[in-house]
Amino acid sequence: MTEIAATTEPGDERFGPYGGRYVPEALIAALDQLTEVYADARRDPQFQAELDRLLRDYAGRPSLLYQASRFSEAVGARVLLKREDLNHTGAHKINNVLGQALLTRRMGKPRVIAETGAGQHGVATATAAALFGLECVVYMGEVDTERQALNVARMQLLGADVIPVTSGSRTLKDAMNEAFRDWVTNVEDTHYVIGSVGGPAPFPAMVRDFAAIIGTEARAQCLDLLGRLPDAVMACVGGGSNAMGIFAAFIADEAVRLYGFEAGGDGIDTDRHAATLTGGSPGVLHGARSYVLQDEDGQTRESHSISAGLDYPGVGPEHAWLKDTGRATYAPITDREAMDAFRLLCRTEGIIPAIESAHALAGASGVAKELGPDATLLVNLSGRGDKDMSTAAHWFGLVRGDEAASS
Amino acid sequence: MRSADAYAAARGQGRAALVGYLPAGFPSYGGCIEALRALADNGVDVVEIGLPYSDPVLDGPTIQAAAERSLRHGTRITDVLRTVEATAAMDVAVVVMTYWNPVLAYGVERFAADLDAAGGSGLITPDLIPDEAGEWLAVSENLDLERIFLVAPSSTPARIAATTAACRGWVYAASTMGVTGAREATSSVAPALVERTRASTELPIGVGLGVSNGSQAAEVASYADGVIVGSALVRCLLDADSEAAGAAAAGALTADLARGVRTRAVVSP
Repeated sequence: MTEIAATTEPGDERFGPYGGRYVPEALIAALDQLTEVYADARRDPQFQAELDRLLRDYAGRPSLLYQASRFSEAVGARVLLKREDLNHTGAHKINNVLGQALLTRRMGKPRVIAETGAGQHGVATATAAALFGLECVVYMGEVDTERQALNVARMQLLGADVIPVTSGSRTLKDAMNEAFRDWVTNVEDTHYVIGSVGGPAPFPAMVRDFAAIIGTEARAQCLDLLGRLPDAVMACVGGGSNAMGIFAAFIADEAVRLYGFEAGGDGIDTDRHAATLTGGSPGVLHGARSYVLQDEDGQTRESHSISAGLDYPGVGPEHAWLKDTGRATYAPITDREAMDAFRLLCRTEGIIPAIESAHALAGASGVAKELGPDATLLVNLSGRGDKDMSTAAHWFGLVRGDEAASS
Repeated sequence: MRSADAYAAARGQGRAALVGYLPAGFPSYGGCIEALRALADNGVDVVEIGLPYSDPVLDGPTIQAAAERSLRHGTRITDVLRTVEATAAMDVAVVVMTYWNPVLAYGVERFAADLDAAGGSGLITPDLIPDEAGEWLAVSENLDLERIFLVAPSSTPARIAATTAACRGWVYAASTMGVTGAREATSSVAPALVERTRASTELPIGVGLGVSNGSQAAEVASYADGVIVGSALVRCLLDADSEAAGAAAAGALTADLARGVRTRAVVSP
């Protein structure tokens, strides 16, 4: 058998049987370079200092930990919200993107590309590109450019080229295919800013590390506020970066339960959902082995979710491992449950969450019933809902002449 | 016949082998077989049958469109294997080009056994590098199947050495950085890549990505052991008014390419 030199640091490229690099050979040199530059940057105090400064002065960190009293009363347990929605650009995505923008500069590459579903990662990448003076191209499924038109305009204002992707299901999965095609062609001068904890190594571990500031802060804030850790930590899971970001700091705390809530769409018993860990099986998609929504021939199934950011038939490989080992629990939340939670947070706290984050809020209701009124639940409020106004207005029948999709 | 034998036979004639690609089930199951017969009748040495996949990240618009159409007709892995069997009966060597997830879903061992039974020589795996191929390395060894991994212009010498060492049969040199698709000019980096690859292997080297006519084929044949043509053949079928016309056009292009790969033998005996 052939000996191939290990190209990434041990433990960083695989999570049990998951992860790895299922990509064309043409990309391996760039992945090796990224691995090396990232490892080097992690050892460089100047890199960390610059990232910290950007996160504080530019992104507005640390984000608040907010005790949502009226929402707590409504769901029946104490709920703490990690307010990633208050970051610059309105979501947690900026944490990862600032880290990768610094690495892009370190590699001397003048161009970045990104895929985006809801547009939050695209907006974050366009923002960082503007800040660092990088050329930026964002691939976005045509369906998503329609349901997230406001974010398309934001990216364009920031100087990015937004390319609507018309192949396949015209959503996040196809945007990612197109971004990979661009990267294979332009890898010499281009960094692909993958927006979640998926993709080939080193992305899953690297993106987790950049997102981990969420959990690191929240853990310290919980200890300050309560003098102890929360009973459960929860987040929505599409690709899974906000969830890995908040989980990472708690994985070693065995008493703390971890919950990931996937997009159940019309219901897990229908074929219209995006609950990859609940309804999928192990396979390879977009460069990593993980769970995939697929048919028996390994063809990717089209996913569905009211939330563009969760509408993805894959999931980061570390989540697959956390599921298999039982360290984290994953469950689906239907569109309706998510939208009910969306409205509940609006009405009880005056906070309009992203529909993605509303899946975690809906999940909190269920966990509250399971753990009882004395439980403390830490929920990652991963983004704000401004981008979702049109979807929400239609769902709740707030648009004149529009039939309510839900009462 | 293994595709390595077809390479050896071409080498014996002092020329490069012609490798032609079509995705199974496109334009239809029968239409694909008809087109493959046109390839075989017009001088192709090795047929590369594509297994249509929902997320072909290394394919350009032409092959994407063909794969999408094939899948819309409901092409299954079993249809791909039937296509292999029908093509192997045409007295050409057959390899399957596939993204890795369909093979994983079917089962690596089961896929290899069924491919072998159908008369296929082996697999070209565009998104599987040897580092991830443990099970396939073992299974292909047992069944004496060919493993054709890719080398790219960005591959370091160390990676070319490791990748070619893991190959059986021949090596696929992706001549340009980018996705599949016909190009105006063939790549200038391709000869350099072939030269670097030769430094680490005795195996024949096929060059793909971008060849669309006989003169480009002749140019590539001047430094490579095989000339791989995909998108230009698929284009013949996409542009045709009928399956018969598509097969005829693909046959005519194959004849032109077959002349191209023989040009070197004529000019430098």
